[in-house]
This record gives sequence, C-alpha cells and structure tokens, in this order.
Amino acid sequence: MQLTLWTYEGPPHIGAMRIATAMDGLHYVLHAPQGDTYADLLFTMIERRNARPPVTYTTFQARDLGGDTAELFKTAAADAYARFKPKAMIVGASCTAELIQDDPGGLAKALALPIPVIPLELPSYQKKENWGAAETFYQIVRGLAQPRRGAEVNPRSCNILGPTALGFRHRDDLAEIVKLLEGMGIAVNVVAPLDATPDDIRRIPDAAFNVVLYPETAETAGRWLERNFKQPMTSVVPIGVSATRDFIAQVAKLAGLDADAALKAGGSRLPWYSRSVDSTYLTGKRVFIFGDATHAMAAARIAREELGFEVVGLGTYSREFARPVREAAQKLGLEALITDDYLEVEAKVAELQPELVLGTQMERHIAKKLGFPCAVISAPVHVQDFPARYSPQMGFEGANVIFDSWVHPLMMGLEEHLLHMFRNDFEFNDKAAASHLGHGAAKPAAAPANSTPPAQGGWAPEAEKELQKVPFFVRGKARRNTERFATERGINLITIETLYDAKAHYSR
Amino acid sequence: MNLPFRAPSSGGCNDIPILRERGQREVFCGLTGIVWLHRKIQDAFFLVVGSRTCAHLIQSAAGVMIFAEPRFATAIIDERDLAGLSEIDAELDRVVNRLLERRPDIKMLFLVGSCPSEVIKLDLKRAAARLSQTHSPKVRVLNYSGSGIETTFTQGEDACLAALVPFSPLPANGYVPPLLVAGALSDVAEDQFRRIFADMGLSDVGFLPARTAGTMPAIAPGTRYLLAQPFLNDTARALDERGAIHIPAPFPLGAEGTTGWFRAATDAFGISESKLRAATEAGHIRARLAMEPQREMLAGKRIFFFPDSQLEIPLARFVSQELGMEPVEVGTPYLQRAHLAQEIGQLPAGTMVSEGQDVEKQLDRCRAAKPDLVVCGLGLANPLEAEGFTTKWSIELVFTPIHGYEQAGDLARLFSRPLDRRTRLGV
Ligand code: SF4
Repeated sequence: MQLTLWTYEGPPHIGAMRIATAMDGLHYVLHAPQGDTYADLLFTMIERRNARPPVTYTTFQARDLGGDTAELFKTAAADAYARFKPKAMIVGASCTAELIQDDPGGLAKALALPIPVIPLELPSYQKKENWGAAETFYQIVRGLAQPRRGAEVNPRSCNILGPTALGFRHRDDLAEIVKLLEGMGIAVNVVAPLDATPDDIRRIPDAAFNVVLYPETAETAGRWLERNFKQPMTSVVPIGVSATRDFIAQVAKLAGLDADAALKAGGSRLPWYSRSVDSTYLTGKRVFIFGDATHAMAAARIAREELGFEVVGLGTYSREFARPVREAAQKLGLEALITDDYLEVEAKVAELQPELVLGTQMERHIAKKLGFPCAVISAPVHVQDFPARYSPQMGFEGANVIFDSWVHPLMMGLEEHLLHMFRNDFEFNDKAAASHLGHGAAKPAAAPANSTPPAQGGWAPEAEKELQKVPFFVRGKARRNTERFATERGINLITIETLYDAKAHYSR
Repeated sequence: MNLPFRAPSSGGCNDIPILRERGQREVFCGLTGIVWLHRKIQDAFFLVVGSRTCAHLIQSAAGVMIFAEPRFATAIIDERDLAGLSEIDAELDRVVNRLLERRPDIKMLFLVGSCPSEVIKLDLKRAAARLSQTHSPKVRVLNYSGSGIETTFTQGEDACLAALVPFSPLPANGYVPPLLVAGALSDVAEDQFRRIFADMGLSDVGFLPARTAGTMPAIAPGTRYLLAQPFLNDTARALDERGAIHIPAPFPLGAEGTTGWFRAATDAFGISESKLRAATEAGHIRARLAMEPQREMLAGKRIFFFPDSQLEIPLARFVSQELGMEPVEVGTPYLQRAHLAQEIGQLPAGTMVSEGQDVEKQLDRCRAAKPDLVVCGLGLANPLEAEGFTTKWSIELVFTPIHGYEQAGDLARLFSRPLDRRTRLGV
C-alpha cells in the first residue's frame, strides 16, 4: 500500500485510452465502474479534443456484482460495435473489473464480431499509464500487422511510432520530424498510433525501418517489429541540437543516405544564442531535472552541452527506464532519483536549492512553493501544455522552443548584475521577480525544510541581516553553504565574517 | 412592489413523465465529493483506500491546481496487499500512522472506501474503529464509501455526512440548537443564511458539516432539520434515526427557492409572516434585480440537463420558474422523490424527467431536441460544442457558491454566460 498525494501517471488503462483515442476506427470497450468515465475529460478538457474518446464503459454497479456483470460486458461490446462500426476493437478491464475476473477478451471473442478484437491484459495493481500505452500499442501492432506485400522495400521509407493522444507536444513534434525526414528524401509510410487506422497498422511492415519517437510508448512494438519483420529502429530521440544531429546521422545510415546535406540544411538558433555574450550568465546555473525518462535524459544533455548549465539532480518516474537514467546520471557524477513519490521529489529539490527546475507540472508546483524558477519539460500534461502556437520539443525548431522556454523564467543577465550591485534598492526586494515576468511571479526561496541544522548559536542578528541583502534567488544557497561551512568548522555563532569566509570558500 | 411570494404549489409529480434508463453512465463516482469537502472541513483529511485510478480521478477532477498540500490522499492498494487480507490491515495502519505524523494539524480522518476496497471486502468500518482507538482523542477516524459501484458524484457527500451524524455530540448541558441545516454550503452562503435565520429569531442554527471537526453541531431527538442539498438521502435517514425531524422544503436556489426554504423554517417554528418578510424581503428583491438581465437573455431558451449532481431538478425548477427557460429533458442520476416533491411540482407540465442514463441514447435525444443550452459533464461539453451546441459544464454548478439570495445572480449568470459568449465571438 502506497500513500499517494499526486500521481505522475494514471493507471494502465489510461495508457490504452491514449492509444485508442489517438487512432481512427478503433474502439475500446472497458469493463469499469461509472466513476472511471472521468478519463474522458482528460482528452476533452486538457487536450481540448473535439470528440469523445472512442471508449465504451460498462459502468457496472454494486447490484450487478451478484448477478451477471459478464452479460453486461457482452451487451456493451455488442452495442458499441453496432453503434460505432469500428474497424477493430480492443477490450479490457480497469482496476475494479480486474478483481471480478470476467475475462473481457473471452467474452468479446464469444460475440464473434466481424472485426479483429484484441484483448488487453493490463495489471492495474502493478503497472501504470506509460506501460499500459506501450503494451496496448504493441498488442495492436502484433494483432494487425501483415507480412510485407511486395518483395521490394523502399530503403528510404520509414514509420514513425510513438505519438499518442494526451502526449507532451506529440502533435508538434510529429510535424517537425515528418518535415525533417521528408527533407532528407525519406518517405513516411505510416505514423502510429496518432491518426492511424487499423489498416495503417497492417501496412507498418512495408517500410524499411522505424523511427521510435517516444520509447515510453513505442519501444515494445518497435522491438517486436525488429524481431519479426527485420525492421531496424532508431535509438536516438531528437530533442536538442546535438541529439537532432545524431538522429539525422542515424536515420541517414538506416536509409543509406548521406547525412551531410541534411545536417547543413537544418539549423537551430540555439547554438548562436547560447554563444551570444548575453548568455554568459547562464554559465554553471544549477538545474534540477525530473520527468519521464526520455525527456529527462534529453534535458540533461541539452542543459549541460548546449546551455552550459550544471546539472545537480536528475530523475524520473518511469521505472521501466530506470537503467538508462541511472547511467545518464552516473556520467554526470550524480545518483539518479527514481521515484513516483512527489514528496520525495519535493524534498530533493528543497535540499539541492537549484537555480532552475526542469520538470513536470508537479515540479512546477514544487518550484513555485519553494520559490525557484521552473520550466515544464515532460508529461503528465496540463492544459497549458497544449499551447495554440506551434511549439515542438523535437528537431531544430524544438531546440529553439526549448532555448526560449528554459531561459524565460530566469533573470536576464544584466538585470542579475544590477540586482547584485544595488541590492538595497527598494524595488529589488524579495518580491521583485524578473522584470519581464510581471509582479509577484516569484517568491522568496523558503529555507529548505531539512537544511543542515545551524551551528548551536545560530545566526548572529547582523549576519542574518547581511544574508537578507543577498538576492533572494541565491539566498537559500548562501544560507545552506554558510551553515555547512560553520558546522564543518565547529563555529557556534554565524557572524558576518563567517558569511564571507564561507562565500570565499565556496567560490574557490 | 408587490412581493411575488408564492405558496408552494400542491401539484404532485404524477403529470411528469419519467424515463428510467439503464446503460452507460457518464458521471463521476462519490470520491469526487472530497474535492469540496476537504476545503469545507478545515481540519479533516480524506484518505481514499483504493487504486491508482481513484487517485487519478480526484487529481483530475480537482485539477492539478491546488497549491497547498491537499488534505486528501490515496492509499493505493497493490499486488502484495491483494495477496492476503491480514497484511492489508497492518499496511493501512502504517499508512495512517505515517500520514498523521506528517500532519499533526489533522483532527478528523475519513477512510474513504472505493470500488476495489469494496470488492475485496476490506472492512473500513472496523479499521476506522481500530485506528480511532489508537489515535483518540487527538484524531477521530470515520469511514464512508465513495465507490463508483455504490455512489454517484454528490452521493459521496451524502455518505460522508451520514457517517458524521452518529458522532455528532450531545453536549453535557443537554442544550441542542433547535434547527440544523444539512448539506455542505459555501462559507459565504452559510454566513448569509446564519444572518437571515438570526433576523427571524433563530439565532442558534447548526450547520452540518461544520468548518472544523470540533464544532460539529449537536443533534438530539426533536431537532428539526432543513436540507440545503437535494442529494442527502442517507444523511436524512441517519438524522431521522437520531430522532431529528425533517422540514420539507424546496431548495434555496434563486429568489423563490430561497424564500420557500426560509418559509418552511418559519412555518415549522411558528414564526410570523411579517418576521419572515422582514428578514428576507431585501434579499429576495436584490436577487430578482440581479437576475433581471440574465432573465432577458434566457427567457424562452430551451435547456437540456444531462444527469450529474442530482441538483438538476431544483435547477430546472429555478431556470423555468425564475428565468423563464424551457426545460426539454431533465436528467438526474437518481430521483429522490421524497425530498424533491415541491420542486417537481413546480416544473412546467410535460417536462421530461429521466432517471439513470444510457449516454449514447441520451445524446441522440439531445441532438434531436436541438436545445439552446446543454448542461453536461466535462467529458461531453467540448464534443457537443464542436457539434454546434452551447454547453454549461455541470461541475461548475457544484463547485461555485450558488445557494441563497446573494448568489442568485451568479447562478443565473452561469447559464447565460455560455450563450452570451456565443453571441460575442466572431470566429
Ligand atoms: S469508480 Fe471506483 S475505481 Fe473508479 S475512481 Fe471511483 S472509486 Fe475508484
């Protein structure tokens, strides 16, 4: 039993819904109680979809339990077929129906519908949303994919696998990557699951290779296709300038093309903006990164190599991808934080006192509460993650978007210097946020809940006063460092001297 | 000005056609009530014992936008718990102990049952008694079910209040306020009601739930109670069991509903008409004034209610009687006839009331009826808008203060704003 305040992922059938809702002509019959219909609003309200998800819920009640919930399922499936005339159907159970063990797969089979019916086994008490999406997509591909028709395969053809409904910027990422691939002279055979029909899934084996955009949702299917249809797949996720260049090189190799032209043609403003002298102030900014594995690892690389930040924390809630995240963290000399406990992440952020948090909507809350700037890099999604404007994360345009959205929450360079010089100016007080963020956009950093206990005597009043002159966005760090410095040296009372000794010590 | 006070019409509901349906229901489960109950009872914590789905439901219904650490959480049952029941009790104790350690401010803890906990027959009543013993007197532990197999949306509040009733105190001096109002109201409406009751000479009124665990109202045989919400069947039954006496009344929505509600109280306590008028007249007139512009926009417009909160029938009464709208179909998840008699009696003759739901068939009826405004849940609103309908999300009617005179204009505006918006947009 796990105590949960907020969850990063829904249950696995939500993952299945993300696949079903992404596709055309597929219907999902879900054995579930009425409350589970809340899931529709994720798609209609958060993603602002203009149609209901193609999901029929049996909505059984307590009084049905003694009777025939199985019959209820069969009626619901038969009615759903008659009404929606889907080209294929997936059937399964949510957490409650899993306990009553009605076997939706067997029941649906008994109906002998004239379409493929794919049963899903998604263990709700064990797995979560992304796993459910990956498993569902894999089962659909496995259930529908047909052997290649012609003997000839166009070596310059690929499928794009992974984009789903309710994905973090999936629609824009897809547009960006299609443009990139087509620019290289590669034909996109099928995109799935987003906007794919069951017939499209059948044609997946016709392409020469697969581009796996989001390993969280498509790696399982990709591996199966690799084994069964000899379709190699990409391993680089093109988020960031360097990763996009690596992706181009990898794709070019798979398609037997020369990558140079594409590398020359494509370009991002990020490298020059990052070199521009006004970006000097970004140097060594301490960032904390948390998200799904793909976006967290990509963010770590961009932060370090493309913006010159210092990554002080890296973690993910995707347990399925804990290994690569651990490795990535190790390369940065860090220990990865693998958890889906929001409180643990909050404690870590409070401890590290980063200058920028790159995370999910949950970390946005944490950062707001603790007074740190933050940019959102990953699902779980919020209505704000579906902006009206084009804003991919992938490809060269994605790198531009990332540069803007990560730098925006920070103080501008010269502004930061002025703040240091005139720290007593009444407008540069604790509550003053970066001028372009308007009033009240940032709060003072709270003293971390679990900071090192100060030396016995604590802070002398003048030292405490001097500390208040340190700009608020580095004050937490200054406090923490000074206290650690004092504790290590057995200094009982922190004076102004101690404060500056510590500053000198840590700036070496 | 001639006061438009009306005696409640005696019309029964026999002339109202009722369609009973059984099919896919598109409504939340009772867990959703936690979203407003945890704000109402300020030192209570709601611990759902359920699945990841339950946690995700509350999070999605609440929006991720609650900044403070919320006073609700889910103890997510996992595989290991399902393996053997003896272990699950110990697990629950561990989770509760950890929680209460973290939140020393909590005075009342609700263990909230869910579908999974019901299906595996986890005895939360016993768990609550056990944990209450461990943690009393600091924390009282109660339980109720918000499961989707047993409760629909607002029935969660009903179950929660019904669980509170047996524990309401009987003060040592034996004094109990003569009147109790049951049903969670916004604080602002509650305060207004208190003032009006005081003006009528009822200066001591209990409100269930109170804002803190320690101030729950006393109940004794003979306590009279008014319902502020139409969905409190079990709560009413629990109150009856303690000897309290129900005062039949309409619900305090709009000018007429609110006056009718207060009139029921004055009738029950033998308070004079002039005292009722003195206490309510100004509010009644203000409410009508505030609704006037909305009435102009809404009169004659046809409205269709999908079932959601059980507020549908009082709301349909309100929009037809006070705003001149024409209800086409009024869907409700359950029809609690006993408490709604006065409201049903005032619906226009021939209004179709539907109980239960088959969402696909109801959508077909809605499309065929082409109403001017559709009141429906969040899952249906945008898809219907995309089909060209104007919609109002029903959940806002539950999350917004709508009771009483001073909120009547706001309530009317909830219905007019979507139509107003349509006329403004040029895209
Ligand atoms: S319907 Fe049941 S399983 Fe679903 S969220 Fe509500 S209580 Fe949990």
